[in-house]
Parts: sequence; structure tokens; C-alpha cells
Amino acid sequence: MTQMLDQIFVTAKLWLMGYIPAAAKPLASAILSVVPVLIAFPLLFAITTWLERKGLGRIQNRLGPNRTGPFGLLQPIADAIKSLTKEDIVPLRADHAVHFLAPVLLVLASFLGYAVLPIGRNMVIVNLDAGVLYFFAAGSVVELAVFMAGWSSRSKYSLLGAMRAIAQMISYEVPLVLASVVVIMQAGSLSTVAIVEKQTGYTGIFPHWFVFTPWGFVGFALFMIAATAESNRSPFDLPEGESEIIAGYYIEYSGFKFALFFLGEYLGMFATSGMAITLFLGGWTAPVSFLTWIPSYIWFFTKLVTLIAVFIWIRGTLPRLRMDQLMNLAWEFILPMALLNMLVAGVWHFMPSGILRWLVCTAIVATPCVLFSARLKRKKRLQVRTYIFAD
Amino acid sequence: MVGNGILKGLIETARNFFGSYVSKPRLTTVQYPEQREPQIEATRNFPFLVFDGPDWHAGMRCVACQICEKECPPKCIFIEKSKDKKPDAVGKPQAYPAVFNIDISVCMSCQICVEVCPFDAIKMDVEYDLPTDDRFAGLLFDKQRLSKSNEYYNRIHPTEAGAIDARFAEERAKAKATADAKAAAAAAAAAPQPQPAGEQK
Repeated sequence: MTQMLDQIFVTAKLWLMGYIPAAAKPLASAILSVVPVLIAFPLLFAITTWLERKGLGRIQNRLGPNRTGPFGLLQPIADAIKSLTKEDIVPLRADHAVHFLAPVLLVLASFLGYAVLPIGRNMVIVNLDAGVLYFFAAGSVVELAVFMAGWSSRSKYSLLGAMRAIAQMISYEVPLVLASVVVIMQAGSLSTVAIVEKQTGYTGIFPHWFVFTPWGFVGFALFMIAATAESNRSPFDLPEGESEIIAGYYIEYSGFKFALFFLGEYLGMFATSGMAITLFLGGWTAPVSFLTWIPSYIWFFTKLVTLIAVFIWIRGTLPRLRMDQLMNLAWEFILPMALLNMLVAGVWHFMPSGILRWLVCTAIVATPCVLFSARLKRKKRLQVRTYIFAD
Repeated sequence: MVGNGILKGLIETARNFFGSYVSKPRLTTVQYPEQREPQIEATRNFPFLVFDGPDWHAGMRCVACQICEKECPPKCIFIEKSKDKKPDAVGKPQAYPAVFNIDISVCMSCQICVEVCPFDAIKMDVEYDLPTDDRFAGLLFDKQRLSKSNEYYNRIHPTEAGAIDARFAEERAKAKATADAKAAAAAAAAAPQPQPAGEQK
């Protein structure tokens, strides 16, 4: 019974495939795998916009949207109708073709990553041998779309926003990939399915997730910080920077193109969250051994919604970083930590398992953190500024 | 340690999040069309005309002296004086406004018309529910729309209205006293005359 529920979508697809002539089978198989993803994740996007507005409202002691339907649940539909009926304005001097293509490419690139995400047991569109590599390669197309949007608009704000976005995204792409390298080292595979399968075991009731190891925990933390920056979310939302450059690279977009940017951004966030789940949080596996009867895809989406909630929580808490702080964080803290974490993963691999391995690895990871916080605590001696022309 | 401040902030926002579900005073939002804050006496937005008694036209205090029209800085008041007269609040026959329009899209709520009115006929309203889909005719208030009873005025600005009512009562009493005295004097003057006439009969 549990087995059947777990595999219900897989068996449904196989059953449908039985009615399709052999010539059409490859195409039909692809469509049957892709369409559910194309429906499920935009739906999740709609729910997330509502969740985010409600959650942020409550964090700020407001009610959030509550006019459309019970608890404002129909808000996403209202937003969709609004953005569809809005006038689509293209600046006169803009490059019309590129201006149109940018949001389309952004959504397309955001969707590409889902091809290798294992949503449940045996539920992955393609099990690529280089799945993780493909994921990051497809994810970096987003940067191109962002720059297309910024440049084609012919507006200084959007160009500034695009420059910021590119600088930020490329800076954080490096720690993002390096943070996930530890998992690849440990799992010995680039295939996302194989990585999840490595984490399926249990010791007692506790799962063998990579996040429950020193290198996994640090890797997860670094990955999530980099993922926040990568998806342009607060506190790393400088490319949008509403108070400084209005809306950044999509200032010249209105109506449904703007909604597409929104969609693309959230899809990117879901995809990177899904990757974090796959790499560190055991993918579709249950968090405790006695809950394995709950279908795998439910676990995946539970973890995804939890990560989204954390993203919203962080957005409601932290103020935006300055550009130099952002870059310093990426290159002076996260990148060295990611490199050090790779060393830790190596040490972990070659030391015999036991308490000593834990102590050594934790010490290697904790030392730079302690040093870093000591450096932050040290009082900065500020120069006394002398004004020559003020008097 | 790194991230201490971030953790503290996260705890604070989490407390806000869950607190807003359990403690009422945290949620200060007023659900406007359904709920309303109690009126504050010292507020004002647009002027209205006060009338006494049940009939808005008969009891209108305004005597069309046009001082407010002249004083209004943005010139949003338009008055046309009537040709005939009707008794005012105190009882004297006075002119009344044949037309009294206020364009509240022009009005800047300065209250100068209220300050200059010698008849306490124009006062500031507190009603803010004035949306309309016609931004020209819908925001040009005629004298019927502007007229509001003295009871309403008492309700929105009790202290002010009470003082004015007391003064009016005093004035009316005085007017009545002088009228009575006059009538008595007239009666006294007139009284001896009919008697001889009666005697003659």
C-alpha cells in the first residue's frame, strides 16, 4: 500500500505509456515527465507569494492580504489578472527583441534546473551522470537573462541593477559550486539520484543526511547563503534595491513581463532550495526511520516549503547589505570557508570513523569562525576626518 | 561568535510572527470598512452648514453674508444671496443663501471660513467617507448636501457646539426679554387708549 502510494505517479506514467504507439514514445515520455513539473512549481510559486506576503505581514505585526477570498488565498489569482490586464510598456529606445526575450529566457533557464531534481523515489525527469554540473550550468544562464534585461532597457537604473546583479551572481556562483563539491567528493558521483541514494540509510532512527556531518553542516550553511544571494533575495537584494535603484534590472518592465521576472526569480529559488535538499537534506528521504511510510514526494515538498519559510523569515529579519560588504562576504569569508570545507571533507574521508574524526573536523571548521568573529569584535580605529574647505 | 546578531534578529521576528496570532495589542491594524476607530473631537476636514430644528432649509443659520466666500484662500466657496428673507437662528428676518456650493476638491481644510463666520453657521466636519466616481460633480457639494443638523454638530464637536448653543440660548432669551418688554411697553402705551373708547361705547 505505502509502496503503491509512493510510486503512484511513476506507475500512472507507465500505464499511460502503454497506450502510446512506439514511435511517439520518447516524445510522450518527455511530455509526461515535464508537464507535471511545469504545473507543480508555478503553483508552488503562487502559494509562495501568498505565504510570503502573509508571513512578512505577521513578522511586521500586520495582517497581510485578507481581502480576496478566505485569508486572502485568492490573492495570487488577483495578482495574475492584474498583471495580465496591465499595459505592456516597452521604452521607445529599447532593443525590443532582447527586451522581450529576457524574461522568457529567465523563466526558461529557471525551469531547466528542475530536469535533474529528484522530486521523489524514481521521480526525476532525467538522471544525468553529470546532474549537479548540469544544474549549475543551466542556472548560470539566468545571469545572461538578467544582463539582457538590464542592457536592452536603455535605462541607467536597469543597467546599474544588471551590473550589480552580474557582479553578485558571479561572485556567489563560486562558493555555491564549491560548497556543493564536498558532497560530490563524499558521494563519489555527480548524479543527483546517486547522491540522494547515498543518504537513504538510517542509524537508529536518524538518517544519514550529509547535513549531519561537520563538513555537511558547514557546506549546507554556505550553500544556503550563496543560494540566497544567487536568487537575489533579501538580505542580498541589491540588484533590485528598491530604495536605491528602484527595481534594478527590471525597472522598465511592466505587466506580465514583470510577472515573468517574478516567476523566474522564485523558480530559481525553488530550484536552488531543491538542490540544497538533494545535496544535504537527503532529498526525498524521511527525516526519521519510522516515518518512511509517508510518500517520498511529500517529504521533498515538505522540506522545500520549510526552506522557503526560512527564506521568508530571513527576508523579514535582515536589512540589505552594502555592495562592499556583499563582496567581502563572498570573497573573504564564504569562499575561503568553502575551500577549507573541502579540506575537512578530505580529512573526514581518510580518518577512521569515531569520535576523534568528529572533533578534528569540527575544530578545523570552528577555528576560522572564532577568528573571524574576534576580528569583527576588534574595535575599528576610525580616522579623524579633517575638512579643508568646510571652514 | 559569528551570526549572534542574526540569531537574535531571527528570534525577534519569530516572536513577532507568533505573537501577532496570540496577543491582540500587537496587531494594531484596523479593518477599515468593517471597523472604525472612534472619532476624535479635534479633527476636521471639510466645512458643512449647521441648521437648527427639523427642517434643513428653514433652520439654516447662514445668512449669505458672503464673508467666508471672500476669505476663502483657495476660493472654493460660491454663494448667491436670496432676494427674500426668512427668520434666522435668533429670530431676526435675514437673507439666506439661494446657492451655496463648496468644491471640496479645492478646499484645503484651513478652517478660515469657520473662524470668520459671525453666525456660527459654517463648521468643520469629521466625515472622511467621501469617495466618488465623478471627480467633478461628485466633489461639488450644494447647500442641501452641506446642511447638517445642530444635533450632528453636537455629536461630533460636543464642547464647541455646547458653548455655541448656550450663547444662542442666552441671546434668544435676551431677544425674547427685549421683545417682551417692548410688547409690554407697547401694550402699556396702547392699553389706556382702548379704555376710553370702551367707555365711550
